[in-house]
Amino acid sequence: MTEPKKKNEFLYFALRNNKLRIGLTVVFFFLVLTFVGPQFTDYTPYAYVNPMGAQPPSSEHWFGTTMFGQDVFTQFVFGLQATFLVGIVGGGLGTLIGVVVGFVAGYRGGIVDEILSTITNIVLVIPTLAILLIIAAYLEVRGVFTESIFIGCTAWPWTARAVRAQTFSLRSREFVDLARLSGMNTWKIIFQEVAPNMMSYLLLVFILQFGGAILNAATLDFIGLGPMEGISLGMMMQYAVLWGALHLGHWWWFVPPGAAIMAIVGALYVTNVGLDEVFNPKLREM
Amino acid sequence: MRRYFGRKLFIYALTFFLAATIDWMIPRFMPGDPVQNMLSRAALHAEAAEVMHGYYTRAFGLDVPVWQQYINFWIALFHGDLGTSVYLFPQPVLQIIMRAVPYDIFLLLPAILLSWLAGNKFGAFAARSKWLDNTISPLGYILTATPYMWLGILLAWFFGIVLGIFPIAGAYSFTMRPHLSWAFVGNLLKHWFLPFASLFLVKFGGWAIGMRNMIIYELEADYSHYLEALGAPRKLVRQYAYRNAILPQITGLGLDLGVVVAGALVTEVVFSYPGIGYLILAAIQNQDYFLIQGCFLFIIIGVLLANFIIDIVYVIVDPRTRTGMQGETV
Repeated sequence: MTEPKKKNEFLYFALRNNKLRIGLTVVFFFLVLTFVGPQFTDYTPYAYVNPMGAQPPSSEHWFGTTMFGQDVFTQFVFGLQATFLVGIVGGGLGTLIGVVVGFVAGYRGGIVDEILSTITNIVLVIPTLAILLIIAAYLEVRGVFTESIFIGCTAWPWTARAVRAQTFSLRSREFVDLARLSGMNTWKIIFQEVAPNMMSYLLLVFILQFGGAILNAATLDFIGLGPMEGISLGMMMQYAVLWGALHLGHWWWFVPPGAAIMAIVGALYVTNVGLDEVFNPKLREM
Repeated sequence: MRRYFGRKLFIYALTFFLAATIDWMIPRFMPGDPVQNMLSRAALHAEAAEVMHGYYTRAFGLDVPVWQQYINFWIALFHGDLGTSVYLFPQPVLQIIMRAVPYDIFLLLPAILLSWLAGNKFGAFAARSKWLDNTISPLGYILTATPYMWLGILLAWFFGIVLGIFPIAGAYSFTMRPHLSWAFVGNLLKHWFLPFASLFLVKFGGWAIGMRNMIIYELEADYSHYLEALGAPRKLVRQYAYRNAILPQITGLGLDLGVVVAGALVTEVVFSYPGIGYLILAAIQNQDYFLIQGCFLFIIIGVLLANFIIDIVYVIVDPRTRTGMQGETV
């Protein structure tokens, strides 16, 4: 009954939240660039298009060319695709595993909670990158998709822990007790009573996982354990450092990829804070 | 308190056991044959390759049943035997890693602690102060979203190449021999500064934001309102809020170690700083699996040790854990 009114209220605050507006604008800008960008370029990421080698940005090559005469802009837009793919798949998987583990642990309690929490705490302490590194080092074929899967499989513990705490506090609320007393079955309670109260929280978690997956992928790509085919922003930085772009002063080679990652992840964080303010009346500035 | 430490130690022991098992399992159960991989790089004759393959299989102990390999692995581990490096043959992996570890400590310890302290201080100032909040918060979000290697690259390029004030490769000049003198220490510090700065800056952003949010949360708590109602000076209320807000930050410090390690790794790669990160890169490029595995174990041990130290600090700082009230659940 009150549902439509409530939605409008969120929308009202969402449209007036500066953090949300700035964050979403930046993310959408890059998202659009990912889809539209390839239309603006006639090259492929690794094609040697400029016989002059490295040259600063010009009207012909918007972001300049690499030492081998590859078009940086082309590499950049194709690299963005990999970045968003990793964010969605890796971040999505990390969220999913974390939510399931955390929710089951928090809702069931008892011995199930004990076991799941112990596993969570163990995986939480192991440095994610160390695990990713050793898996990637032994993989013979690596693609963006496998990379995302592995990133998702190692990024879930903090989410599980946070969701468990949330579920714990929701489970003991009166309206849930009431539903249980009235003989509602477990799944109905989970989906009708508990889940709606956690949706906003899950969205925030997903945004953070998305950003985290992008940063993790950049790190892996940079040390040479990224995908074997295609291009990513991390790989662009790897090549730039490997071929001495630093010493030769080819700044146009290494500035765009890192700046894009920083802008996307930063915008995601800011969006996250904005959304938090929209969902949580206590934090609203107005 | 005994229960608290007992539980923590149990988790850490289990973690180490699991990590070591993963370390052992991955090369053996992943598709592909590492020995074959290694040999194919050497481009040997077919017969020679066969002999070498047999030799390495025996040398790495791959010719005994799997369970035996597992037991042997643990025995070797307790003897400190992590195998022999292929890339720096015939040096033992342990020796190579031990040479790199001091640089990691030298780089990481100040970066972690100073960024944490500075981040907390500035974050606390930023909370509920319009002007500071509007400058520190956006800066914090930008810094914490910056990929470590990119900040490293930018700093190296700007201060190392454009301005030419700082060296950007190695831990000390190649013309120098490690010895104790002012000139050498100065040289060491000069090489250390940029990698340190890039780690420090990224982490600083994260801690400042975390602290700002915690302080705001604490200032909304009942005890703060109560103190205010009693007419306590603003400074006192903030002091109490700070002491409460620092607890989650300490826990966060432990959880964050894995991320810092990853950051240090790529930073060392950018600056060719001879720590474990740089070793790992060399090991990957040379397919030196023993070295990769050794580095992995060392990172795990380091993170677990640091976590344990943080647990001890937590007990000192939070009296509730001492009296058995379990201030923080494990």
